[in-house]
Amino acid sequence: MSTISLKIEFGGGLELLFANQRSHRIDIPCRVSTDNDTTVKELNEKEAKAVDVSYLVHHMRDHMLKERAELFMENGTVRPGILVLINDTDWELEGEGEYQLKNGDEVVFISTLHGG
Amino acid sequence: MAPRICALCHKAKAMLKRPKTGQQICRECFFYVFETEVHNTITQSHLFSPGDRVAIGASGGKDSTVLAYVMKTLNERYNYSLDLFLLSIDEGITGYRDDSLETVKRNQQQYDMPLKILSYDELYGWTMDAIVSQIGRKNNCTFCGVFRRQALDRGAAMLNVDHIVTGHNADDIAETVLMNIMRGDIARLGRCTAICTQGEDTIRRSKPFKYAYEKEIVMYAYFKKLDYFSTECIYSPDAYRGHARAFLKDLEAARPSAIIDIIHSGEAFEIKDEIKATQKLQQTCQRCGYMSSNTLCKACTLLEGLERGMANSGITDRARKKLEAEGPTPENLRTIPYFATPSGNPAIAVSIPLETAL
Repeated sequence: MSTISLKIEFGGGLELLFANQRSHRIDIPCRVSTDNDTTVKELNEKEAKAVDVSYLVHHMRDHMLKERAELFMENGTVRPGILVLINDTDWELEGEGEYQLKNGDEVVFISTLHGG
Repeated sequence: MAPRICALCHKAKAMLKRPKTGQQICRECFFYVFETEVHNTITQSHLFSPGDRVAIGASGGKDSTVLAYVMKTLNERYNYSLDLFLLSIDEGITGYRDDSLETVKRNQQQYDMPLKILSYDELYGWTMDAIVSQIGRKNNCTFCGVFRRQALDRGAAMLNVDHIVTGHNADDIAETVLMNIMRGDIARLGRCTAICTQGEDTIRRSKPFKYAYEKEIVMYAYFKKLDYFSTECIYSPDAYRGHARAFLKDLEAARPSAIIDIIHSGEAFEIKDEIKATQKLQQTCQRCGYMSSNTLCKACTLLEGLERGMANSGITDRARKKLEAEGPTPENLRTIPYFATPSGNPAIAVSIPLETAL
């Protein structure tokens, strides 16, 4: 199974949900299940898609998040109030969850919900 | 997806979608429009006059850190001729405020501004840690909110400033509009959207980020790599505000203009004169000289409750009656130092005969 390597960064207090570690390097599969199920081992090519940010978010919830998933995800995507940048660009310009990840991409998640 | 080009300069790659307008713009144009909009807010509302001494209420969090940076930038760019100060309140919350104050101390160096830190402990004789150990986690936000408001004014008086600016952003204001509607708090609804508030004796307070979206403030801090602190207060999030905030963020996700629309609705409310007439007049606190709508200000009431071991007396009517039944206020009770405005005149309501006043 071929994989791609990503850099994940957290800011704005979101790192507290991820073992209080701001920077992570992870490897995830190039082809993943269309329903974002992260436990699938044998992939049926009919139900496969190129890995995207939507899958990444599920992967993070299932394999990286340490506590309180509801503060990270809501309705199958990141919770409103969390900003996502893909290679320093607002993910709203990159197709949000549908952005297809490439090897070496850097994805930043920043919570805006903490006090100012 | 092909890279999109900035809608403003038509040259660089767009990095951000503005929530307010939907425009896709590059980093440099974003800095420029964000700063210019704050500048326009400041000039259109006539917030400052040349020579003003202005304290920036600094918590070390994202909003006040960006505010300090932008105020410094605009002051230099447009020659506001302001003397800028950082003013921080130390509530005495171990593991929260002590860490965020370290950020403010770095900001002091980075922005080259004088910093004043005023603590609850020196002003009231109580840290929030001590208050929570006495009263528990219920209602502690009431104490903190009342004490902070007064501490900011007192810190500003010590710095002898004319004006306090705070980092409240558009999201905060929209949230407050919603909360005031849901609570039926008409008096606050009427004034919560004001960019600048000033009573007769109070120090001017304003919110230059009134129209700045939280998303843009966070993006600004991220792109500029500003040094800020972000952790939730360890003593209870304000649950009601939390719900209002989550609701607002859901609305924003569906329609980004919702935030500015709610502020607009708040501004458009007109409070009838007969409703205004039922609101209490401002006076000065008998004990500490701070402005108050009763003979004792809220901070003195809360402090007396703490000192006499009946902290709830400042919160509920029942507990207040119980306190009163215990007898009069002891003479040796700890009180808050007498409040003086920066002019050097104590904030006492002086009644001047009309002829003389005119």
